[in-house]
Amino acid sequence: MKRVQPAMSACETCPAHTRLAQMGIDLAKYDRVVALAGNPNTGKSTVFNALTGLKQHTGNWPGKTVTRAEGGFEWGGIRYKLVDLPGTYSLLSASQDEEIARNFLLFGQPDCTIVVVDATALERNLNLVLQVLEITDKAVVCVNLMDEARRKGLEVDVRSLSRDLGVPAVPTVARTGEGLGDLIRALADVIEGEVRTSPRRPPPPPEVRHAVEELLHLANGLAPSLPNARWVAYRLLEGDHRVRQALLSGELAQLVDAQAAPSRRASRKIALEGAQ
Amino acid sequence: MSDRVQTLTPQDVLARADELQRQLGGRFRDKIVESLYHEAEHIARRAVHHRTDRHWDLDQRIDRLVTSPIFGMPLMLLVLAAIFWVTIAGANYPSELLATGLFWFEARAVELFNAWGVPWWVTGFLWHGVYRSLAWVFSVMLPPMAIFFPLFTILEDLGYLPRVAFNLDWLFQKSGAHGKQALTMAMGFGCNAAGVIATRTIDSPRERLIAILTNNFVPCNGRFPTLIMLATIFVAAAFPPAFASLAAAGAVVAVVLLGVLFTLLVSWGLSRTILKGEASAFTLELPPYRRPSVMRILYTSLIDRTLFVLWRAIIVAAPAGAVIWILANISVGGTSLAQHTADLLNPQGVAIGLDGVILLAFVIAIPANEIVVPTILMMYLGTGMMIELEGFEQLRALLVDQHGWTLLTAVNLMLFSLLHNPCGTTIWTIWKETRSRKWTLVGALMPLGIGFLVTFLTATAVHAIGWI
Repeated sequence: MKRVQPAMSACETCPAHTRLAQMGIDLAKYDRVVALAGNPNTGKSTVFNALTGLKQHTGNWPGKTVTRAEGGFEWGGIRYKLVDLPGTYSLLSASQDEEIARNFLLFGQPDCTIVVVDATALERNLNLVLQVLEITDKAVVCVNLMDEARRKGLEVDVRSLSRDLGVPAVPTVARTGEGLGDLIRALADVIEGEVRTSPRRPPPPPEVRHAVEELLHLANGLAPSLPNARWVAYRLLEGDHRVRQALLSGELAQLVDAQAAPSRRASRKIALEGAQ
Repeated sequence: MSDRVQTLTPQDVLARADELQRQLGGRFRDKIVESLYHEAEHIARRAVHHRTDRHWDLDQRIDRLVTSPIFGMPLMLLVLAAIFWVTIAGANYPSELLATGLFWFEARAVELFNAWGVPWWVTGFLWHGVYRSLAWVFSVMLPPMAIFFPLFTILEDLGYLPRVAFNLDWLFQKSGAHGKQALTMAMGFGCNAAGVIATRTIDSPRERLIAILTNNFVPCNGRFPTLIMLATIFVAAAFPPAFASLAAAGAVVAVVLLGVLFTLLVSWGLSRTILKGEASAFTLELPPYRRPSVMRILYTSLIDRTLFVLWRAIIVAAPAGAVIWILANISVGGTSLAQHTADLLNPQGVAIGLDGVILLAFVIAIPANEIVVPTILMMYLGTGMMIELEGFEQLRALLVDQHGWTLLTAVNLMLFSLLHNPCGTTIWTIWKETRSRKWTLVGALMPLGIGFLVTFLTATAVHAIGWI
């Protein structure tokens, strides 16, 4: 483990003075799991490297990261495991990279998901954010590449964005490290419940509302209090193979139990290992 | 009512889902995507403000030039040629310097060992076997890599490679392949195994398989040093000094283009025979140009790439050097074992304009393509008399005078280096990605077959017209 800046022992436990400790791939013990999602080429790997101290190959090159990379960092006495998901434009298609990302968010049950978005192309990037928010309540939006946005004369109002999305949005320039401290703080706040999120979930379009609601009701009957039941209903209407299988095997119902039970780590570990 | 919910089974839910899915037809996903887009647009409009009305955008201007139908392709070739030219012209001198230094050290070490009375076979094994092969790997491969990789990484970081993919997209479309294959192919220039993994972004299994099977047709970072070296000592020598490095760069560009041509031809052939189907449409995003960060370029190109390739070469070359030295110095019936094996492969080698030693080197180099040339040299040096090499001139003399190399040998070696089985890592990756023995076998043997065919044709043609 590498300390970025020497921390004084007395201050170590105080959140205000805590320092980021990059843990690289030292993942023997971790307390929280954080997923890193985002469109291709938004600087996701740069954020990953900055937080974990790893040197994952980065490049100006959409679709560079197609495998799942993992690393760790410690902040405020809590050890976080960061899982870098493949960059995707959506979570709807059948390509393998999108499936890896989708399955991890659904079955890996991260404590929080950081969605990295490109400040210069916010509209396109928000499509993915909205899809992630269908799956999980706990998310932080990292509005990256703020320097490029400024260069292009764009002003991004992150407060409006936070309000509209119902989750914290943090402006960053991952290449220089600008805003990463705020990002971690927002992340910790969401995980520990200091900040209550209420993700924006637009109602299903009227043409399909009836079908979605009926299936939602049925899915709820099978696995009550499933946090992303509507997303599951969407997936079932799409004929998603993995979700069908999870429903048949009772895996979906187990996810809910695991969330309620104190020993959720064990079941999550199974999901993590089984995801690939 | 509550009873009904109690007895609800997953099968019931799925059956109902299927029914609803049928009722909705294909509209479902479109409707969801539509509502997502609408929502995203709404939120983005509230959050983003344009500070200026200035629509003058440098990125767009550059893009219009580099992806223009007229200038795009020539510009691409020019950039490629410039990179190889800088590499070849720049690597020459450091290579000679390194070789001189390293072989001077070898001579002193051997003298020292002899003075200490160390048995000849220990000296030979250590210094003429292991050390000499490492010295060759270092001096022949390190300088070109240390120049080529940073340049390649700058292109990558600038965001030029997706533009290359954009320029080539229509060709892949015509070949019945996925446009993203242009991207995975471009990644294959870095490493074919990485290129094969990158095909995961292609969602049609048919098009993905085509991309996997043809990725090996572009030379990877492990093969570029071989191509650059051959172009430097053979192609360049056939031209007057003023044009030498330019001609060598041109030769490497030609090999790269040939690789792209084969990628397209084979994709076309596959999509019309065993992998029939139409090309699907996709959106290719052109990322903004970014100023590359110097430290990152140096790190990526020197640590990730140069040292990685070099290390792979060393861990394979050192034991290979030892084995070759042993083979070369254990004689059965007056001929060394290495010679026996090479003789066995010689007829096939000669038929394709190479020789038995070169073919044997390709077999030994299956774990890592980087060591083809070092292996050839070690076998020549081990089986022939021990001469000291001090740079490209002596190397040329060894190959031409003692082992009868011609321009045909060099050209066919470049061709065979482009068109042969993928390295062990790539074959393993193909297996991991396809989980199919059949496709792994096709992926390994098809390029090899094409390689034999092409080099056989060039050799036969050249012999037929009595050129060489």
